[in-house]
Amino acid sequence: MPRVPSLRSRWMSAAAGLAVVASALAGCGSGGQGGPVTLNWYNFPDDSGALQQAADRCGQRSGGRYTIRYNKLPRGADGQRQQLVRRMAAHDTGVDILGLDVTWPAEFAEAGWIREWAGEARERGTADTLDAAVRTATWRGRLYAVPYNSNTQLLWYRDDLVKTPPRTWAEMLAAAEDLARAGKPHRVEIQGAQYEGLTVWFNTLVTSAGGSILTPDAQAPSLGAPAVAAATVMRDLARSVAADPSLPNQMEDQNRLAMESGTAAFELNYPFVYPSMKANRPELFPHFRWAPYPAVTPDRPASVTIGGIDLAVGAYSRHAELAFEATLCLRDRDNQLTNALEGGLPPSLRSLYQAAELTRSYPFAAEVLAALDSAGLRPQTPAYQNVSIAVSHTLSPPADIRPENDVADLRGQIQDALGSKGLIP
Amino acid sequence: MTPVTPATPTAGARADAPRRPAGPSRGARQERRLGLLLCAPAVLVMLAVTAYPIGYAVYLSLQRYDLRFPAQAHWVGLANYGAVLTSTYWWQALGVTVLITAVSVAVELVLGLALALVMHRAVFGRGTVRTAVLVPYGIVTVVAAYSWQYAWTPGTGYLAALLPEGSAPLTEQWPAVALIVLAEVWKTTPFMALLLLAGLALVPEETVRAAMVDGAGFGQRLRLVILPLMKPAILVALLFRTLDAFRIFDNIYVLTGGSNDTGSVSILGYDNLFTALNLGIGSAVSVLIFGCVALIALVFVKLFGAAAPGAGPERR
Repeated sequence: MPRVPSLRSRWMSAAAGLAVVASALAGCGSGGQGGPVTLNWYNFPDDSGALQQAADRCGQRSGGRYTIRYNKLPRGADGQRQQLVRRMAAHDTGVDILGLDVTWPAEFAEAGWIREWAGEARERGTADTLDAAVRTATWRGRLYAVPYNSNTQLLWYRDDLVKTPPRTWAEMLAAAEDLARAGKPHRVEIQGAQYEGLTVWFNTLVTSAGGSILTPDAQAPSLGAPAVAAATVMRDLARSVAADPSLPNQMEDQNRLAMESGTAAFELNYPFVYPSMKANRPELFPHFRWAPYPAVTPDRPASVTIGGIDLAVGAYSRHAELAFEATLCLRDRDNQLTNALEGGLPPSLRSLYQAAELTRSYPFAAEVLAALDSAGLRPQTPAYQNVSIAVSHTLSPPADIRPENDVADLRGQIQDALGSKGLIP
Repeated sequence: MTPVTPATPTAGARADAPRRPAGPSRGARQERRLGLLLCAPAVLVMLAVTAYPIGYAVYLSLQRYDLRFPAQAHWVGLANYGAVLTSTYWWQALGVTVLITAVSVAVELVLGLALALVMHRAVFGRGTVRTAVLVPYGIVTVVAAYSWQYAWTPGTGYLAALLPEGSAPLTEQWPAVALIVLAEVWKTTPFMALLLLAGLALVPEETVRAAMVDGAGFGQRLRLVILPLMKPAILVALLFRTLDAFRIFDNIYVLTGGSNDTGSVSILGYDNLFTALNLGIGSAVSVLIFGCVALIALVFVKLFGAAAPGAGPERR
């Protein structure tokens, strides 16, 4: 059988090749003995290059003590969380710096996967930083991460259709009905699909009505009258002429596209819609204006849900001291400014909102800062994912909401979610 | 070469075999031991890769176990099963799964049989026909599912462009389930056709000719001669496809992610394991899926008499 030796030698060479690859992989894990330590930074995938620039810049500034490798996580938030959770549950020593969505620090801290920020590091990591952003990284009174970028929604509207922006949801619906009667574009664009964005909408309305989804100790649902008021606003919009026909399938990007297509008069969305409108619809852009998020009741301004990314240091990292230092560098003023200008994400440092470089491309910086100063948080609990699924599932589709019944329903589901009992859909 | 069977020594004993006072001869015993030894590595590997995970899943399903808080794990008996079986989400997912399974397997059987007959009868270009039919089966399911997803998404898809303006079929329950079935049928009909083609090869040509001589038309030949002779192959094909279809995951995961009540039981298990990180409930779902699959196999074998593959072409 002449084939056997050749087959075997092929296997041998394949095995030898694998061994080479394996030793090469092992070599890049720790960064070796003499040279700089390699710190692994896991964060959302950034196409602008801002994050890679930050990693390179900090490596250069470290004076040869460390370099930062930026590892891109999957695009979807669920995929990012799954990968981080699986690595941390397996005690991965190769995770030094984690980019966490603002809803995850409680979960990761409770599981013991990220290190507490104390002493000088805590002071440096919270100086000049937005208070609401710091609160997203705080769990049971301790700081477990430091804010990287922040984010919040504004009301975007067209001033060729609407002279003065509405201050409440009721005013906005009335304005939309007037426009509809006049045969003009009149829709209100908001995230109505069954996903976490719907939870954010509900949360913003509940906090704007003066309530919260969970009690302050995060042990039980709070809800109550503010939640019923919030659910009523959602249902009223969904049943009005202002609702987009595809509201139950819309996420942020569909909202942006609908606004750019010219069928809508209002849009509740993040600031990324502004450069997009400028690039895609220059003829609509001069009329594309912004205002604070509409209130639920006239006597109380809205409290909009804060978003963004917090940076944490992995509990199993072998280079924790360096990782804390590198994290502070990654979120410093220069890197946050680059991330804001190139990546389009609002910074978490308060003083940057007055910087001329920023206000030139963020003419709405003052409104974003005001919204962040009065921002509300999403439910802070290790069981946030389950709570969010319970909310978005119960309130979907928005047109079918029965405020009293659904809020009562939600109470039971959130209780189950907090006790990690029962199935999630 | 004599087949080595680990059967009990008396199973093969014949009436005319010489009686022995104490079991098989020394030689037979040694041969049997050799047989067991030869099987042992395979059995060990099977135990390691199947029995251990199944046993571990059952063990986990009896606990309240959150991946984030391993220190708080504790026994809860059958409470997880109670939680799953009293949840509307489970029954909803089971309903969707059964619907997708029944419809897709039925359509695949009809299409697969037609394709098998075409491949069987093809006079020229037989290889080309068979290759062409097999192409969908050769495409990675996830790749095919993404193609379907883009095709049906307004703005990016040529198929969505054929629909009325503003319709997004993957975002509504019934259209989405129909598209999942379509993707599943497109993908696995070739597999069905291949199994049925093997069954067609079992039908003796002379029997069919004899029926023809007796004046049987094509319909009669198919109904009265070919299908009854193919029954074992059809049952095996149905069994395989039903078991596969019941565990459907990838097509749904890519096409809808299980939203708008389009999730199968596998999607439900995945969400509870990987999003909720609830190992207890998730394992209970997995064990229940395993039970359903075992039940399907049992029904096929006991009720319809599907022969296990490899049990030979013995007909009833």
